[in-house]
Amino acid sequence: MAGVDTKGHAAETVAGQRFALLRRPERPVHLSVTVALVIFALFGLPPLMSGYYTGYASLVAIYSIVTLGLGLLVGRVGLYSLGQGAVLQIGAWTGARLLFATAQPFPIVIIEAGVVTMLIGIVIGLPAIRLSGLYLALITLMMAGAFTVILATVNFPNGGGGFTGYNGQQSTIPPIRRPSIAGTDVAYYRYAVVVAVLMFLLVYAHLRMRPGRAWAAIRQSEPAALAAGINTTFYKLWAWALASFITGVAGGVLAGQAHYLYSINFTTQDSIILLAVALMGGVYNLWGAVIAALLMQFLPAVLQNLGVSYAWLTILFGVGVLQVLTTAPAGIADQFPKDMKKLGGLIWRLVRRPGAARRTSAAGAPTGGTT
Amino acid sequence: MIEVENLTVRYGGVTSLDGMSLVFEKGTCGLIGPNGAGKTTFFNVLSGFVRPASGTVRAFGTDLLKLTHFRRARWGVRRTFQTEQAIEELSIYDNVAMVASPLRGAARRADVLAAIEYVGMDVSPLTRVGTLGAGQRRLVEVARAVAGKPRLVLLDEPAAGLPEEETVHLSTVIRGIPDYTGALTILVDHDMSLVSAVCETTAVLDFGKLIATGPTAAVLRDEHVMRAYLGTAEVL
Repeated sequence: MAGVDTKGHAAETVAGQRFALLRRPERPVHLSVTVALVIFALFGLPPLMSGYYTGYASLVAIYSIVTLGLGLLVGRVGLYSLGQGAVLQIGAWTGARLLFATAQPFPIVIIEAGVVTMLIGIVIGLPAIRLSGLYLALITLMMAGAFTVILATVNFPNGGGGFTGYNGQQSTIPPIRRPSIAGTDVAYYRYAVVVAVLMFLLVYAHLRMRPGRAWAAIRQSEPAALAAGINTTFYKLWAWALASFITGVAGGVLAGQAHYLYSINFTTQDSIILLAVALMGGVYNLWGAVIAALLMQFLPAVLQNLGVSYAWLTILFGVGVLQVLTTAPAGIADQFPKDMKKLGGLIWRLVRRPGAARRTSAAGAPTGGTT
Repeated sequence: MIEVENLTVRYGGVTSLDGMSLVFEKGTCGLIGPNGAGKTTFFNVLSGFVRPASGTVRAFGTDLLKLTHFRRARWGVRRTFQTEQAIEELSIYDNVAMVASPLRGAARRADVLAAIEYVGMDVSPLTRVGTLGAGQRRLVEVARAVAGKPRLVLLDEPAAGLPEEETVHLSTVIRGIPDYTGALTILVDHDMSLVSAVCETTAVLDFGKLIATGPTAAVLRDEHVMRAYLGTAEVL
């Protein structure tokens, strides 16, 4: 029975853990593993990649920010958005326009792209987040469609003047500039990874503090959140604004990556694919966003390289989402380590004692010593 | 002190509270009545989830009905739910720390830990609530209700579905809430032994009307109350 004779002990533990309470790790993936992977992505990976893959790796970094934002909305707050592709377009458009129109440093421009996207996101979000589930998904999908249509008329800036920055021709157009320190593809890839890491840290910090707590409460029980004094509309809008901001930043980085942006390359379908890969990657885990970006940007590159039509991916993603939703709702990011652990355990037992693996799994109790 | 006057709530054609008037002074007060009497509706009105058709609610001089639900929680209304609403993916600490509080920084953290200790949880406050049993989750909810300097604590069948010994522990916890927090506590429960063990004052609702109020022992012996409960299971 709770707390009958253990009070003194509990108080002692509490005092000892007071510090730890504030630095509780979110997920059991060790910090050193994360750091090692980031260092590998920055320095180990570029020499291994051809120019072809470097470009796609940059896209993975950029899209991991987009899926991070979407994962935040879906996994942490329970808001299903089918419009994140459009949000990315807004960021890319704003970034491109500012890069042509001004001589501001690149980091300033991408932050501005994030802020503008966030403001537009808030304007859309204010009425939209009062809805939820299917209705919110529908509204955001239609919004994405609307933006695709608008962009097809307005076009992406390509060095022209005026508000739109479109010069009306396709033949001689200047490229969207990149930061001076990241002119080459490899350097720009590193730049994109650094931006992605910063965005992940921004979201991580949110999750660890009061907003993360409020979002978790809202997702599981909105009445409980309200009864605890949480302004649920405010925190939902906060999540929405944060997702819009980082997606806008990603859009700014995308503008520099692409050099030339064409509205024809942005489709409403992207928004749907984004939700599919985010769910497959796993929305309850920040790693899921990276996996989702790999699925969306790297897998097509690999398939294309192998001469396989990447149209197959639409089918694959359909099956993948079905598979994830029915068997592993937390996505690959959650399932993969578990499977690896099982596999590792199996291999370990096989290596240590050939033939033992089957026996122990049959007996159900692994013990050492007897042969 | 809470003064309720002429409170009426209608859901479509159904009148759930029918001109209910009630005064609770202090301490732990019980609110009982058969199923459908309007007890949870009353809590929903107090915590802001339901807007009454008419009537007034004043708590410690504040007109509660003027505040929206989350502002009411910030003012000091706390409640638990009939179906327990502890947030599974958060730790015990975070479950309690999510509640509104006038305290800041270290004082706030100490208040949260004190609340967890008060309800007598013998596991680390870092434990994920998803791993706890039903009784412990109830305690987490009660801890959330007593943290952050509440003024009005509403407990909606906190002992529902709990085994005997956990109910006994919970009754000790509930009885101590007014002393621990200084808040007026209102307990809704079907378990008459819990109500009579915990509450000094008890009011009885039937068909959305107050049919009796006074010291618990006297109320439970009241003839009207017996009649209202006739046919339902638990009568002392």
